[in-house]
Amino acid sequence: MANIKVVLKLDDDISTDIIYPGRFMATVLPTETPQFAFADNAEFNGKLKAGKIPAGSAIVAGKNFGCGSSREQAVSCLKGYNLAIVARDISRIFLQSAINLGLNILICPGIEAAENDEIEIADGKIFNRTSGKNFPIEPLPKARQAIIDAGGLIPYTRRLLMASRS
Amino acid sequence: MAMTYVQKLLAKASGRPQTAVGNVLEPEVHLAMSHENGALVINQFAEIFQGTGREAKVWNPDRIALIFDHRVPAETAKTAGNQKKIREFAANQGIKKFHDVRGDVGGICHQILPENGYVRPGYVLVGTDSHTTTHGALGAFAFGIGATEMASVWTLGRILNVEVPGTIKVVVNGKFPEYVYPKDLILHLIGKISAQGANYKVLEFHGDTIRAMSTSGRLVICNMSVEAGATAGIVPPDEETRRYLREEAGVKEPLEIFGPDPDAVYERVVEIDASKLSPQIACPHTVDNVKPIDEVVGKKLNQIVIGSCTNGRLDDLEIAAKILKGRRVADGTRMLVFPASWRIYRKAMDLGFIQDLSQAGAVVCNPGCGPCLGIHQGALGDNEVALATTNRNFKGRMGNPKAEVYLCSPAVAAASAITGTITDPRAAMVGAKGAR
Repeated sequence: MANIKVVLKLDDDISTDIIYPGRFMATVLPTETPQFAFADNAEFNGKLKAGKIPAGSAIVAGKNFGCGSSREQAVSCLKGYNLAIVARDISRIFLQSAINLGLNILICPGIEAAENDEIEIADGKIFNRTSGKNFPIEPLPKARQAIIDAGGLIPYTRRLLMASRS
Repeated sequence: MAMTYVQKLLAKASGRPQTAVGNVLEPEVHLAMSHENGALVINQFAEIFQGTGREAKVWNPDRIALIFDHRVPAETAKTAGNQKKIREFAANQGIKKFHDVRGDVGGICHQILPENGYVRPGYVLVGTDSHTTTHGALGAFAFGIGATEMASVWTLGRILNVEVPGTIKVVVNGKFPEYVYPKDLILHLIGKISAQGANYKVLEFHGDTIRAMSTSGRLVICNMSVEAGATAGIVPPDEETRRYLREEAGVKEPLEIFGPDPDAVYERVVEIDASKLSPQIACPHTVDNVKPIDEVVGKKLNQIVIGSCTNGRLDDLEIAAKILKGRRVADGTRMLVFPASWRIYRKAMDLGFIQDLSQAGAVVCNPGCGPCLGIHQGALGDNEVALATTNRNFKGRMGNPKAEVYLCSPAVAAASAITGTITDPRAAMVGAKGAR
């Protein structure tokens, strides 16, 4: 499994206002939302826009990541850069939207990692290569597995539509 | 097996005799609400139908509500374009619960739904807005969802994979002291259990304080339940629910009023004595950073905001008008008022509240979300401080990450407008004529 670099370390209770500030909410297209990801963190936003963050890099957060507003732009802006989100836990609406859009999210209640650490994901665990410690990953809600397997809520709903309205 | 309110509601909505916490259900949706972000829902909805050869028709136009409130009237061409797209969609799909930018039927979605009788006890109500929890005040299981989830609801008429949540019982007894309100109660509760304290749970409100509380107050506590992470806040319906729906919302159809089983199992019980509460303030930059007002009195303020889906109702405007009547907003402080709907605005005009507020120096704006989420009016300058009756104070929330937002009740906001600093209304109003 390839090494993943931690490109941003965040605390608990990171709201969707931090991930995607409200003043950009008129922008809705997933092709346009990435430019405003973490817009109020000029350094990180600048790196993202300059293409300095490789696809697959990880943001490591504390508890209750994605709390607050239901704005889906907070998910699509991160998905646009193919970032992985590793959090101690994730707020309900953000978690559902992340599964619906296929954002790579990993719930890892004990995760400890700092910026620039290298992590590895394998066998239901996150191995922090920098610290040498292992942290178990909690499975995503079983109820939503069918959506994950279908590749997101749009193809899943499309399938149900074809089955139900025939 | 004994059931909580939401267990019972979900059993009815799913056609089952009973439900247990953790059961996965796909209940019928009674009402699906979106605001300007309906523009994104429309895109996702079209994508679901792409390549299916079927006409993209919503499952039931009578169960969809579309309300403009976040950016009214449109502040940019982009917003106007989003609103135009939604307006055309509503017309094409035959959606009648559509509230355009209008001075007769317009307003904030979380006021428009209750006041028009769109919400009923027992409803499963979803909205592409996290404060959809508001409608638990009328006994609905109401919660926020993302835009793609909503596109799925518009297609199927049910919400997929809902896990029956556990419930926290909040029991509130005692009479509020003077100048203490439901807003202070919910801020206190959020401070007590934290922004994550009710994650993935329902807050079910009980006790004599809740029973004596008007629907307006219940809307406040359910609105902000999401700030403790709750999936939903619920006040089991009662006579007051019936009164509100009949007399204020004009509902004529039969109502199904039911409560939780007396021996229902709760994950936790939180008890609060309302008579011991003082005015509460949520300090920057999280809603659970709550302090009794004594600890922050005197903080200098640049902007006061009264309004929003939390506290823009008639009783809120009345409290503010009574405190400000014949007084003056302090120099160097701006005061903005956003009534929650035009119906409320007109009643406030009839009762003279708008006149009192305006004469005191407040700018009474058109109903809408206003500065609450920093996208329309009333943005803050660098290093400015706002005191608002809104529901969030996250960094950047009022349009500027270099500013600070404090949250409070309308009484604290109005008393503070007079001094230009955070002011305890109990102290400010001692001996004041005309105040409650």
